[in-house]
Amino acid sequence: MIREWQVNAAIMALLLAVPLWALVADEPFTITLTTRAVILALAAVGLNIALGLGGLVSLGHAAFFGIGGYAMGILAHHAQTYTPVMEWPFLIEGTKSMPLIWVTAIVTSALAALLIGLLSLRTTGVYFIMITLAFGQMFFYFAISWPAYGGEDGLSIYLRNDFPRLNTLRPMPFFVICYVILALALLVSWRIAKSSFGLALAAARQNEVRVRTVGIDPYRLRLFAFVISGAITGLAGALFADLNRFVSPTMFSWQMSGEFIVFIILGGVGRLFGPVVGACLFVILEHWLGGVSDYWLIFLGAILLLVVLFARGGLIGGLAGREVAHD
Amino acid sequence: MSALLFIEQLLNGLQFGVMLFLMSAGLTLIFGVMGLINLAHGSIYMIGAFAAAAVAGATGSFVLGLGAALAAAAAAGALVELTVIRRLYDRDHLDQVLATFALILIFSEGTRWLFGSFPLFLDVPDALRGPAELPFGIVYPRYRLAIILIGLVVAAGLFALIAKTRIGVRIRAGEADREMIGALGVDISKLYTLVFALGAALAGFAGAMVGAIQSVEVGMGEPVLILAFVVIVIGGIGSIRGAFVASILVGLTDTLGRFLLPILFGTFLDASGANIVGTALASMAIYILMAAVLIFRPTGLFGAAT
Amino acid sequence: MIDTILKLDGLSKSFGAVRAAKDVRLDLRPGEIHALIGPNGAGKSTLIQLTAGGLQPDAGVVRFAGRDVTQLSMVGRARAGLGRTFQISALPMEHTVLQNAVLGSLGQSGRVMRFFNSVMTDRALKERAMAALERVELADHAKTRTADLSHGQRRQLEVGVALTLEPKAFLMDEPMAGLGAEGSKRLTGFLDTLRHEAPILLVEHDMDAVFSLADRISVLVYGEVIATGTADEIRSDPRVREAYLGENAA
Repeated sequence: MIREWQVNAAIMALLLAVPLWALVADEPFTITLTTRAVILALAAVGLNIALGLGGLVSLGHAAFFGIGGYAMGILAHHAQTYTPVMEWPFLIEGTKSMPLIWVTAIVTSALAALLIGLLSLRTTGVYFIMITLAFGQMFFYFAISWPAYGGEDGLSIYLRNDFPRLNTLRPMPFFVICYVILALALLVSWRIAKSSFGLALAAARQNEVRVRTVGIDPYRLRLFAFVISGAITGLAGALFADLNRFVSPTMFSWQMSGEFIVFIILGGVGRLFGPVVGACLFVILEHWLGGVSDYWLIFLGAILLLVVLFARGGLIGGLAGREVAHD
Repeated sequence: MSALLFIEQLLNGLQFGVMLFLMSAGLTLIFGVMGLINLAHGSIYMIGAFAAAAVAGATGSFVLGLGAALAAAAAAGALVELTVIRRLYDRDHLDQVLATFALILIFSEGTRWLFGSFPLFLDVPDALRGPAELPFGIVYPRYRLAIILIGLVVAAGLFALIAKTRIGVRIRAGEADREMIGALGVDISKLYTLVFALGAALAGFAGAMVGAIQSVEVGMGEPVLILAFVVIVIGGIGSIRGAFVASILVGLTDTLGRFLLPILFGTFLDASGANIVGTALASMAIYILMAAVLIFRPTGLFGAAT
Repeated sequence: MIDTILKLDGLSKSFGAVRAAKDVRLDLRPGEIHALIGPNGAGKSTLIQLTAGGLQPDAGVVRFAGRDVTQLSMVGRARAGLGRTFQISALPMEHTVLQNAVLGSLGQSGRVMRFFNSVMTDRALKERAMAALERVELADHAKTRTADLSHGQRRQLEVGVALTLEPKAFLMDEPMAGLGAEGSKRLTGFLDTLRHEAPILLVEHDMDAVFSLADRISVLVYGEVIATGTADEIRSDPRVREAYLGENAA
């Protein structure tokens, strides 16, 4: 049986090889498609910290994805119109700098996750699912009804934002940026899973009362997990908006939240690379099946249904077998 | 602001609340009895609306359309329960979310494939067209008034069904202790199919009624589904009474928020600013209501305190 | 007067019309095993919950290690040094035996919020965990998944995790349940020595174990402590005889 880390290494290699081939073959669209997969994977890697490790079924992660997207949209919009974001109580200027946009996306989505988490983590189970879904929807409607940044129509950005020394207008450098960020996020999520926090969080998922009995507060663990998770998904949102040079309320839509969960399940629950495999599979299906039929989502629904009912391990489960206990 | 306008908005809120109740009653029953979270409930609502629009369009009879909506929704509910849902009762909530999410994709795209992407329209029946004149000079659309009355009748029927009938006793027993009623010889799987079909019929009925005042289109179910979730969170999972109170509360908060908040902000902002801030805030009002309930009663207004 | 580690002072708790605990007074002194027995439905589970912080009493005070802990949550009481074991094993099943023990050590260390360390290679945590596992004879199974343990081994692990906490007192809910004769005997021997590290409030159905181990026994009937005393005193107490034998003898 192949080991899980070998599967993971192969995935990362393949993810780099495809756009390299596309660069040589002059297929820029393939590079863009791979970039899309990488960014969606990043969003799901974020969600997986809450869902896979912490057992928190958040059906509202589109909120953070959208906040990241609007962080980029709003900052870049003000930069390209030469207007300040706000003048009072202190002056904030727009920016076209990716690193600054990322920091803003991470901080704002982490704050939103903190607020949503403080409220929704008071509950568990079905309540938690419904509440996260509802808060996600709240952001959706707010984005639609707030006209300053395009309302329903969204915001367009003329040029992709800047990164020092790279020409981000070309597909390949932007892909590399996203790829490196995904690799870093995977590293972070792997380290967290192996850490003191990760052990306690995973224990709280399986048996909450045990964690309390050894003197650890599960609420705090989950709140931290939710905030870290939201921040990573928010960063993915900023990159996604930059990829499309466009942000709209659909980034907040509940379907987006549902799709993030689908990525994790298609890839395999509890796997570090589950979200990556799932997101790639989704983009491939979307591209191929979408070309075959306008109604490709029927097939996606059927596949998903079969995976949930009959193949819990997802794709990595099929490749690497049962998860081996850590250490 | 005139009192008449306010009363009209009040009635709109009531009508919205009654429709929300038909949706959330089924959801909360299904959760209470089977412990299942069903995202596809919004799809059933859509199926009801499409069945009503298609049959009413073909026959010209609104009543036939309504019957078709009930039949199609209940049949879809029973079919889905028999093929998919019953495999999910013993699974965790994540599996239930995913499988029912998959059902949404299948139902939505299937409907788009059958009916196309353009919305259908369902005409208000002739008898209910035009305004009704109420006491104190209140004028209100006849059809919306009918929705409120029919909704209240259905709600009363549902309460009676659960409080007075044998099925109701079994439903309440199922909420209390699933294994026990199985041991007492009640065919639990039949009961589950029945409860699911009942919940589905309520959702389909709501879809058909609303279909005559909104356009009937793919994706119409999910926003209502999410509002029904807000209702259930506020009312308390599994509580029909909670669902009723919370439905009316959410319906009124949303409708009156949209009406009153812009007026409120108009007292100290200029007209366009007040409209923007008021509308944006109104879109968040029910979620703020939900957050407030969560702070003070995490298990909802009528939920069992654990 | 010997100082007490744990003192339940006038605890009462009702669920609707059912009074599950009525003015319960109980204490636990250093070096002793205090057994709590009673027929089914006597309110033992409620009393455990009240002691561990899973339930708040309607009236009364819980004092532990010299302070009033009535308002403290389960987490707070665990941190204050109450080591609890469960009747039905409450263990993360996907984790290994060692991970379970390390979780206990981690809770004891209080340094949970570390996000980038490598917890399973932390020497201090691992040594503490392995020491506890050795004492409950599970060191050889350190890498076994908890789900793959036998029922008896899970019971041992329950006690092992409590040991990693180095508690000031143990609260054990039927540690012998389902252990079999041999297992019960070994655990009895172990608890016999453990009482000198920290006293044990022992809720147990195994009467052989209770009468051979306990320094004092309290009998709970319908939420009330009807007698507290040594094994001999309890055996001859008329109210206890009535509660246990009364319905049969009459």
